[in-house]
Amino acid sequence: MDAFTVLDGLVAPLDRSNVDTDAIIPKQFLKSIQRTGFGPYLFDEWRYLDHGEPGMDCSNRPLNLEFALNQPRYQGAQVLLARDNFGCGSSREHAPWALLDYGFRCIIAPSFADIFYNNCFKNGILPIVLDAATVDDLFRQAAANEGYRLVVDLPAQQIRTPAGEAIAFEVDGFRKDCLIEGLDDIGLTLKHVDDIRAYEERRKAEAPWLFRAIR
Amino acid sequence: MGGKTLYDKLWDAHVVRTEADGTTLLYIDRQLVHEVTSPQAFDGLRLAARKPRRSEANLAVPDHNVPTLARAEGILEPFSREQVKALDRNCQEFHITEFGMNDQRQGIVHVIGPEQGATLPGMTVVCGDSHTSTHGALGALAFGIGTSEVEHVLATQCLIQKKSKNMLISVDGKVGPGVTAKDIVLAIIGEIGTAGGTGYAIEFGGEAIHDLSVEGRMTVCNMSIEAGARAGMVSVDQTTIDYVKGRPFAPSEDQWDKAVVAWRELVSDADAVFDRVVRIDAAGIQPQVSWGTSPEMVAPVGERVPDPDQVADPVKAAGMRRALEYMGLEAGTPIGEIRLDKIFIGSCTNSRIEDLRAAAAQVQGHKVADNIKLAMVVPGSGLVKLQAEAEGLDKVFLDAGFEWREPGCSMCLAMNADRLEPGERCASTSNRNFEGRQGQGGRTHLVSPAMAAAAAVAGHFVDIREL
Repeated sequence: MDAFTVLDGLVAPLDRSNVDTDAIIPKQFLKSIQRTGFGPYLFDEWRYLDHGEPGMDCSNRPLNLEFALNQPRYQGAQVLLARDNFGCGSSREHAPWALLDYGFRCIIAPSFADIFYNNCFKNGILPIVLDAATVDDLFRQAAANEGYRLVVDLPAQQIRTPAGEAIAFEVDGFRKDCLIEGLDDIGLTLKHVDDIRAYEERRKAEAPWLFRAIR
Repeated sequence: MGGKTLYDKLWDAHVVRTEADGTTLLYIDRQLVHEVTSPQAFDGLRLAARKPRRSEANLAVPDHNVPTLARAEGILEPFSREQVKALDRNCQEFHITEFGMNDQRQGIVHVIGPEQGATLPGMTVVCGDSHTSTHGALGALAFGIGTSEVEHVLATQCLIQKKSKNMLISVDGKVGPGVTAKDIVLAIIGEIGTAGGTGYAIEFGGEAIHDLSVEGRMTVCNMSIEAGARAGMVSVDQTTIDYVKGRPFAPSEDQWDKAVVAWRELVSDADAVFDRVVRIDAAGIQPQVSWGTSPEMVAPVGERVPDPDQVADPVKAAGMRRALEYMGLEAGTPIGEIRLDKIFIGSCTNSRIEDLRAAAAQVQGHKVADNIKLAMVVPGSGLVKLQAEAEGLDKVFLDAGFEWREPGCSMCLAMNADRLEPGERCASTSNRNFEGRQGQGGRTHLVSPAMAAAAAVAGHFVDIREL
């Protein structure tokens, strides 16, 4: 996983609430057994006018020019501005994979669905929750100023606007450290293998039926 | 100091260690694996030269991609075929038991877990699928995870978690006739909204919940995620214990009594404190039909499609207008006048034997209406299918003009060949009515199995209480 420290990124707005993971990456693309290559199909049904299928070359597909991400001013965006309950629905990690593959490293919204929020951290994406009024203001700024950028400073837990305003944000300490260091969760957990073993011994004595093998 | 909730008890029993900030290493008893969210996890193990910590704690099954017709011919679509093959290969390499596509026990992962006794009261259960909350019906802590976490569980048998808050949704009193578990959960989501449960583990309680069979409780817990909660659960009672008894992976004879004693503790203490309590009057719940593109957009069958102009919140009104446009519906249309093209009875929400019985009871002696292009029943597992055939339900459906298919996720998410075409309108017993969920441009109305079956006969929605 790529570490996340300070990002100076172009902002793109997605002005809809309850954006679900089916919309982020439709089901037909979940047939891939890779972690990469989902970027061209991000928001496929909103982004293109035709029906997308896995393996399709997207360079000549007809674009829905009304969809924000297709506007020239948002090309190369790394910060996605979103609305309430972003990432609801299916647990598919293909959703953060697609956002990352497209180029997004940070998503700002008033609220996120739990599983999606968690999946972001596993993939070097920083999801930031800000109050609805602040998010509203960022939407207005991004619309009014072409090339609107934000500096997202994870160590300082601060977003800095072009006007010099600093917006503080909360993030879980453990998740923050993992993102900054680009740490592998499994490696961290395996440091506690003695504790896991001790738990298993104790539990096996208490509730042996939990250890009945599926064979 | 108050008592413990069911969730507190399940959580505490699985803590391996907790850091000062509350970050917890939580032990996972059972992982269910399917073909869509696991290949990258197995790749991760290979890349790091890791092995599953307890391969025998996992059970795998292909369900999302499998065809529901002509299964003997294998999977024709190359991407789907490759994904199912990858699961077969990975299970073989890592010594994980898999019910392959042609195994009689194959089915939807959330149907076969309880059916096999592979998921039990008191367990922590995970799967790379958001509807894992289904297993909470047994008094288990069950929740969906992403692929990175699937890999983490394979490698460590643990997850790094923070505890959620406690919510009690108590459905008090008794539901009226014709009101099913599906109507209860749709009404709950309509009440608290699709983000109402975000950050919470929900316990469903009250008389109407404990009156349900375990299968009905599964339907309710299944849709916890549609209310925003990763986990939903129901405390253990005699109904739970009777359900588990005799299943293939249930506790062996010599451990059974000890297990039952432990399971009896899996109830919230009388003085347990919940962060939020929602009370719903069961008698007020009517058969539900979703009219929009979010599971909270539901209405009782006797009412009309709501009018966004009557809604004060501009963001909500805009969402409603967009949904009505996608659904091709006018505000004010009576729900009973919505005509349908397809009927789908299946999915991890509603494909168990009781669901099929309830649907068959509506269909018996009738024919599918002329305007219905396709009405299909997709049993949740091979064993559900066999049971239904032993009861003659397949005949009831076939005689009426339904198709009787092989088990799998099918048109709930349309990863296989079963899907809606643009503009087609479907009464579906599944769990999500998102744009494009059942096929690009498809229009989904979520209902109970009895309501879907009655709609197949009438060609439009009908109130099953008036039949």
